[in-house]
Amino acid sequence: MKNKVKRREFIKILGAGTVGAAAGVSLVNAFPASKVDSAKFLHVNSQEEVSPTYCEVCFWKCAGWVHKKDGKPWKITGNAHDLNSQGRFCPRGTGGIGMYTDPDRLKTPLIRVEKNGKQVFRKASWDEALDLVAERMQSISKKWGPECVALFTHGSGGTYFKNLLRGFGSNNIAAPSYAQCRGPRAEAYLLTYGEGVGSPERTDIKNAKCLVLIGSHIGENMHNGQVQEFTEMVANGGTVITVDPRFSTAASKSKYWLPIKPATDIALLLAWINVIIEEELYDKKYVEQYTYGFEALKESVKKNTPEWAYPLTTIKPHIIRQTAREMAKAAPSVIIHPGRHVTWYGDDTQRVRAGAILNALLGSWGRRGGFYAPAKAHIKKYPHPKYPKPKKNWKDAFPDQFPLANLALSSGICDATIPTPDKECSFKGWIIYGTNLIQTLPQPEKTLKALQNLELVVAIDTMPAEITGWADVVLPECTYLERYDDLRISQGRQPSVALRAPAFKPKNETKPAYWIAQKLAEKLGLEKYFPAKTIEEYLDYRLKSIGSSLEEMRKVGVKNLAPEQDLYFLDGEEYEFSTPTGKIELYSTTLEESGFDPIPKFTKHEEPPDGFYRLLYGRAPMHTFGRTTNNQILNDLMNENEVWINPKVAKEWDISNGEYLSLENQDGKISNKIKAKVTERIRHDCVFMVHGFGHDRKQMRRNYLRGADDQKLISKVKLDPIMGGTGMRVNFVTFRKEAV
Amino acid sequence: MHEITITSGRMNHGIDPVLHAWGWEIPVYLFLGGLAAGLLFFSAYFYLKGKDKTFITAVKTAPMFVPLLLAIGLGALFLDLSHKLYFWRLYTTIRLESPMSWGAWTLLLIFPLSIFWSATFLKDVFPRWECKIPMLGRFIEWLKEQRTWMAYGLIILSAVLGMYTGILLSAFNARPFWNTSILGPLFLISGFSTGAAFILLMSKDAEERRMFSRIDMVLIAIELFLIVHLFMGFLASTEVHIEAAHLFLGGPYTAVFWTLVAGLGLIVPLLAELMELRGLHVPVQIPALLVLLGGLILRFIVVDAGQSSRWLYKFMQ
Amino acid sequence: MARYAMAIDTKRCVGCSDCVAACQTENNVPVGFCRDWIVEEMHGQYPTLDLEIRSERCNHCADSPCVRSCPTGASHYEEGGFVLVTAEECIGCKACIVSCPYDARYVHPEGYVDKCTFCIHRVKEGQDPACVSVCPTHAFIFGDLEDTNSEISKVLRSRKNKTLIPEAGTKPHIFYLI
Ligand SMILES: Nc1nc2c(c(=O)[nH]1)N[C@H]1C(S)=C(S)[C@@H](COP(=O)(O)OP(=O)(O)OC[C@H]3O[C@@H](n4cnc5c(=O)[nH]c(N)nc54)[C@H](O)[C@@H]3O)O[C@H]1N2
Ligand SMILES: Nc1nc2c(c(=O)[nH]1)N[C@H]1C(S)=C(S)[C@@H](COP(=O)(O)OP(=O)(O)OC[C@H]3O[C@@H](n4cnc5c(=O)[nH]c(N)nc54)[C@H](O)[C@@H]3O)O[C@H]1N2
Ligand code: SF4
Ligand code: SF4
Ligand code: SF4
Ligand code: SF4
Ligand code: SF4
Ligand SMILES: [Mo]
Repeated sequence: MKNKVKRREFIKILGAGTVGAAAGVSLVNAFPASKVDSAKFLHVNSQEEVSPTYCEVCFWKCAGWVHKKDGKPWKITGNAHDLNSQGRFCPRGTGGIGMYTDPDRLKTPLIRVEKNGKQVFRKASWDEALDLVAERMQSISKKWGPECVALFTHGSGGTYFKNLLRGFGSNNIAAPSYAQCRGPRAEAYLLTYGEGVGSPERTDIKNAKCLVLIGSHIGENMHNGQVQEFTEMVANGGTVITVDPRFSTAASKSKYWLPIKPATDIALLLAWINVIIEEELYDKKYVEQYTYGFEALKESVKKNTPEWAYPLTTIKPHIIRQTAREMAKAAPSVIIHPGRHVTWYGDDTQRVRAGAILNALLGSWGRRGGFYAPAKAHIKKYPHPKYPKPKKNWKDAFPDQFPLANLALSSGICDATIPTPDKECSFKGWIIYGTNLIQTLPQPEKTLKALQNLELVVAIDTMPAEITGWADVVLPECTYLERYDDLRISQGRQPSVALRAPAFKPKNETKPAYWIAQKLAEKLGLEKYFPAKTIEEYLDYRLKSIGSSLEEMRKVGVKNLAPEQDLYFLDGEEYEFSTPTGKIELYSTTLEESGFDPIPKFTKHEEPPDGFYRLLYGRAPMHTFGRTTNNQILNDLMNENEVWINPKVAKEWDISNGEYLSLENQDGKISNKIKAKVTERIRHDCVFMVHGFGHDRKQMRRNYLRGADDQKLISKVKLDPIMGGTGMRVNFVTFRKEAV
Repeated sequence: MHEITITSGRMNHGIDPVLHAWGWEIPVYLFLGGLAAGLLFFSAYFYLKGKDKTFITAVKTAPMFVPLLLAIGLGALFLDLSHKLYFWRLYTTIRLESPMSWGAWTLLLIFPLSIFWSATFLKDVFPRWECKIPMLGRFIEWLKEQRTWMAYGLIILSAVLGMYTGILLSAFNARPFWNTSILGPLFLISGFSTGAAFILLMSKDAEERRMFSRIDMVLIAIELFLIVHLFMGFLASTEVHIEAAHLFLGGPYTAVFWTLVAGLGLIVPLLAELMELRGLHVPVQIPALLVLLGGLILRFIVVDAGQSSRWLYKFMQ
Repeated sequence: MARYAMAIDTKRCVGCSDCVAACQTENNVPVGFCRDWIVEEMHGQYPTLDLEIRSERCNHCADSPCVRSCPTGASHYEEGGFVLVTAEECIGCKACIVSCPYDARYVHPEGYVDKCTFCIHRVKEGQDPACVSVCPTHAFIFGDLEDTNSEISKVLRSRKNKTLIPEAGTKPHIFYLI
């Protein structure tokens, strides 16, 4: 099948409309025997092998092929049939080989011991390490109950530990991708449409005529399919409106860049809603048929005119009007992008909801070029016994807070681990799979405090990340290139399944998560929750349910299944939304019931004091958080982050481009030294840096102290009262010229 | 505002942030090549002029050093090669477009010729030396008969060698500071001037010294003229060339160039020699040494400055 | 005869550097070196800004000073317009390095001079160069200029484009669609 693609490009190169074979002949003729035939260039005599995988460098999970040359790792390429990647990986996926070859990887299990009054890690066998974990888990369970063990997880292998923990009797399972990332978006769309936007997002970007990005920095945020659709749309002349205090890559491709004053997006969104309603630009039929609360909304936003929003947002009224009209002109093929990392200011559910409402007014939900209905794959689960019912969960630690949180809060569990005068510690053991909590959770001091209150900290990681330094037991997982994992079942325009199979043998004494979890289950007497003897058996069972098999999947890597429903609403189709009213709730009955604003309102946020600037952060296309900064290939592309400073500000502080300095926040927290990027591409009231740098563990030799860690400066958060997300862009920094 | 950043890649060792393909080896090679060219030229020229009895140093003694100087120069060039085992590839082809190629071939010719040439004077310089190998003795005798032809050959080849040391650099359009036709004559003249200074340093004969002092003065004067011309040319050219000139006019090379090369290496010796002519006694060794040193530094600076001038993406300043 | 060239759409490119990473792995480019790189060039003043992002590499110039300056012929033109270095003929004199106005070459740790090959090993097999085939934004068009029907010929006719430092007179064969 790959050949077919080769052929297609092969003809393209020749520009001849001939069939592949004929073109092949002429190509050969175009290259008579020449100097270049040296082995150096042509890889002659080398044996190439490929095996299927799906990428674990971020959570878009593109499917591809791992290539070996003469048995040695060579490269990773996309699987042409994969809908998440369309056969093209992003730089991080392409550089994935570096995860495998990294010489600094964890190599053996480690156990914390005391030696001459100093705590050190000692190498341990898997048996010893897992015995210790099992023993402490059981002791915690005996003393306080199994619910006092929590799991933090991010990444494919987490599945098995979730299974283990549920079997053990706890459902305190949290991922930072909720409270530090998508949580507000999930709840906002659930409240409005009764459904989430999912991942990959159900945004029909490639067919959109107008795309509104509120801080979503597509192009730097390198979620593959989205980037591809975005550029396709731009190339087709679509209108992009980017709202960002920074001239992001996306902004540079946009027809409109609205350099908004940070923390005021709700004002802009309300003004847009105001214009759409006042100028009667909304989809009347759609609003009437599908939505609930239009009149209340209309009433509520009456005062939110562009003129009202101008002093708040610094966006000129005529621009607000003009952009609103652009959206209406494109409707319903318009997307107010829901964002992904949306935990910014604590009113995030409301902000995302304002965007969701705008989408509803423009009638884009369920429409071509708006939001499609994602297709789901139905694949059997491997049967296992029922889990015991836990007696309490993390919410019990927060009796009256975050009523609408649907998933456990990582930050919440962290908070509940720290005893206070009025409350006892709720957690005694943490199992941490594939998340570097030290850099991932805001207020790292709190994380460190929580860690001090634990009887068991287990870190399952591939790298000696910061968090592993705080563990009692470190369990080294092999990388995704050395293991099987559960199937990737993706939603999208078409449901699809992808296989990850090992391309290499696990290095050193590393093991795959499945093996680790199963072994630990045995030691805990929970093996019944892992009935499949091996992961191959587990996968084969699941694949048989869609008429495939492990054997087939090893050959094809990806299988796209037939969609079972239409992507878009049919004209005037009856539809019952899973909200209390069965309609798109412009006016949220659930929020009202819980005592929150049923319609988003603008609230003012604290502003940076004189001489301080709001700290913004985001992504660089070649890195995924802190997990890739030690990867040889990707480190070569970018080995430190920079702080973006407006030239006027730089002048005031006498900061020159390329100079190293430190940042100090409102609480006196000082960052590692970071290079100044003096640029017109950012407003004067904020600074920006890429998250994931400034590691401080010597064991990671390439990223050690390169750049600065934004998390160290996030000593303050604003909690979203609706679902507990941690708003993290509420910190202000100033400059320290004597870089530490 | 105009911001240019290289956001990833391109921090290739030896290329960025400042091009550093060539270190000390190339300037040393160029200096010694120029010096050797000067020495051979003067030797051959004054030989043909029939001065082999009076200008003994120039005609007979100085060329004895040439094979050594060339050997060191070639050694430096060899050290600079990063794929040394393949150096013989230089002599599997002649590529006229490549100064590096015809330079290599010129050296291949001039090196043995300089040995033969000096061999014919061995007996004059070292009267007590006896050739122990009869064959060689006979060969040298034969060579002596060819001196006139050799001298003509040397004049041509030394001019080529002298020019080559400058043209090697000026052929590189990619380096704005080298991209000037003045570099060839400048290096040629500078090479000859260092040759004259070398002879001056060694000569014990007053007439010979006066002669070479005069030659040197004329050469220095031409050099100064060329240098002024060089910068005027740059300043009248494109933006990148103006920028290149500014490396020397207020930029990082200003101090070294104007004090060491122009001042100590040219103007001071010129004045010293002028004074000497006026009868004021200055030990001749001082201006001679300064000229030699100035010539060496000139090559270091030009090689270095050329590499820090580029068309795109300046990382310096 | 073919004349291969590359057109890179600066309107599509997001500067993700995937082309750089793909080149590294495909061609085993040693750590710390690269054959291609990303440049961001910005004009204007806040808030009226204009950003051009370019993926750059050897231009496979038709009149290339690197070939002219090479004393051994190691740097040479290959059928199809590729400018290549034959490692076994290169002495490492670096004349080609200083002669390239684009600074596209470097000394490979093994001693010979190295640079972008336009992935001739792939092109020969009918595939696009690695950087071209990986680019998630489809910013590249690679093909034969001699063929007036090729995609690249067509796009160069229909879209405004430029080359880098044309005044250096090297006749570059990488075109930027602007
Ligand atoms: N200050 C700040 N904080 C943030 C963000 C921010 O932008 N700024 N972003 C937030 C968002 S959106 C998110 S989603 C979270 C993400 O936060 P995390 O998911 O914690 O992301 P990483 O920091 O990459 O940590 C991943 C850890 O997993 C390890 N790892 C990688 N591959 C494997 C594997 O195959 N197996 C195992 N066992 N471990 C592996 C890595 O070595 C690393 O230690 O962070 C949130 N926190
Ligand atoms: N390369 C790469 N891609 C990634 C990831 C990665 O680690 N690396 N992580 C993935 C994950 S888990 C996530 S969640 C996503 C996150 O990606 P996004 O959801 O796109 O990220 P955000 O952090 O919301 O957006 C960052 C942008 O918001 C702007 N911004 C800051 N403050 C404000 C404000 O007040 N208003 C507005 N309008 N804009 C503001 C910043 O200038 C920056 O451009 O990225 C995903 N993609
Ligand atoms: S978007 Fe990139 S890093 Fe994420 S899964 Fe796909 S290839 Fe991997
Ligand atoms: S891969 Fe494509 S989008 Fe990414 S930097 Fe290269 S040319 Fe630009
Ligand atoms: S870009 Fe440089 S290396 Fe490439 S062909 Fe042109 S001159 Fe030669
Ligand atoms: S370094 Fe090699 S390729 Fe370059 S000019 Fe010298 S011999 Fe030719
Ligand atoms: S064409 Fe091939 S060698 Fe050249 S930059 Fe692209 S991937 Fe690298
Ligand atoms: Mo995220």
